[in-house]
Amino acid sequence: MKEIYFDHAATTRTDERVLRKMLPYFGEIFGNPNSQHAFGREAQKAVDEARDTIAKLIGAKPNEIYFTSGGTESDNWALRGICRALKGKGRHLIISKIEHAAMLSTAKELEKDGFEFSYIGVDKEGFIDLEELESAIRPDTILIGCMYANNEIGTIEPIAEIGKIARRHGIFFFTDAVQAMGALPIDVSSSDIDLMSFSSHKFNGPKGMGALYIRTGVPLGRLISGGHQERTRRGGTTNVPGVVGMAEALRLTKETQAEDSAYVASLRDRFIGRVTEEIPYVKLNGPKDGTKRLPNNADFSFEYIEGESILFSLDLAGIAVSSGSACSSGSLEPSHVLLATGVPEELAHGSIRFTFGKENTVEEVDYAVDTLKEIVGRLRKMSPLFNLKGDMQNV
Amino acid sequence: MYNDKVMEAFRNPQNVGEVENYNGLGKVGNAACGDIMQITLRIENDVIVDAKFKTFGCAAAIATSSTATSMVIGMTVEEALKLTNKRVVEELEGPPPQKLHCSVLAEEAIKAAIEDYRNRQKGVTTPEEQPKMV
Repeated sequence: MKEIYFDHAATTRTDERVLRKMLPYFGEIFGNPNSQHAFGREAQKAVDEARDTIAKLIGAKPNEIYFTSGGTESDNWALRGICRALKGKGRHLIISKIEHAAMLSTAKELEKDGFEFSYIGVDKEGFIDLEELESAIRPDTILIGCMYANNEIGTIEPIAEIGKIARRHGIFFFTDAVQAMGALPIDVSSSDIDLMSFSSHKFNGPKGMGALYIRTGVPLGRLISGGHQERTRRGGTTNVPGVVGMAEALRLTKETQAEDSAYVASLRDRFIGRVTEEIPYVKLNGPKDGTKRLPNNADFSFEYIEGESILFSLDLAGIAVSSGSACSSGSLEPSHVLLATGVPEELAHGSIRFTFGKENTVEEVDYAVDTLKEIVGRLRKMSPLFNLKGDMQNV
Repeated sequence: MYNDKVMEAFRNPQNVGEVENYNGLGKVGNAACGDIMQITLRIENDVIVDAKFKTFGCAAAIATSSTATSMVIGMTVEEALKLTNKRVVEELEGPPPQKLHCSVLAEEAIKAAIEDYRNRQKGVTTPEEQPKMV
């Protein structure tokens, strides 16, 4: 059976070169970087080099990079850390409605602790409403947060504009760049980003490894208390193999990012073009303009059928994708991102996300479209909603 | 997350479509919740001689539709009314707990179809395409 992986927004394979670079740090170079002896110093050297590499690649200073366990921890740290550091100044935060659950569920908890959040809406392609954002600012606003690019529908948010608004009002700006880091050139030195989270496994690095960029001078309370690691701002023994792996993964990614992103975008565009032309009653979610959409992302709602049954049918045909339907996530609500873009609930239930990677081929894309056509036709014949249309042709 | 029996029923569902000359139709669920199940029955001399389904829903909803319709064919109306979602779930060796509402839909769709049949027998007309909200 075929094994086609179209779920690169969920995770990516650890690059073999990355793995090779990591392996010695499970073996001969096993020291704790916090130790004073030679074993520790050797590990510390690797961590320092990795920090330098990552900093250089995103235009940051090495002491602005803080290692974490991944995107979720970084998001938690940014929100909770700002709240702890600035609660005397204000208790109001502004974030978009389409943030990742790591942000939204943290916000819900902080609300219980007495902080207030304004959730800014998006248009039908998922772009944040800048006017609504600016008018939500209050004297006690302590943070503006907006993801760099959306994980579900691929919308690349106007980060430069949001940053300018935040700067103009003297408010710190946080962005979750988990999906963007592997796909887009990001340079914090020429931006107004104060805090930025990213995660290694989204760009062919190891899982359980991430970072938070904290611009010099940004006050941030601790999330994880402990020893003196990460300049006393994040306790816990450093994940040395993970740190080394993330740095190597980012280095390799940035080396070929322009070519890889162009190639992946060509697969995306072929897929979007064929699905739109060959399958009736589909809606592309997210931006139509490919330059404003993550190069790897295609997200469709298929009318009259439910997403999870499409997902499992594709899985049976050897194609791995994700679904925005409630059924696959275990909740009863369909995707909050699709609902925020105005997709009706019944259509949101029938949504599938395809995210491509540089290892994918045109043949795989074509096979997936052909298979998808059959599956959609078959499920629609089974759907009590579809016969009302009286149109069984062409599917 | 699904066992082989559920996946097999999803992959090769039985009784898809609408029974020709059906005399009982039940439709439950709603699209906004992500599940609609429609079951049509042909009942002769109080015995269900044919049953078919059309389902908008997840793999578990399609699998339980297939299994429930297969189970009621050959049953008397009284027997079919006693078919519980628990029996359907047992037949499929248990879809995951978060999917149990799908099997409830199958039980409800069959009950609704039988109710529709009885109303027709009594000469009461029912609005066929009106989904019953659950």
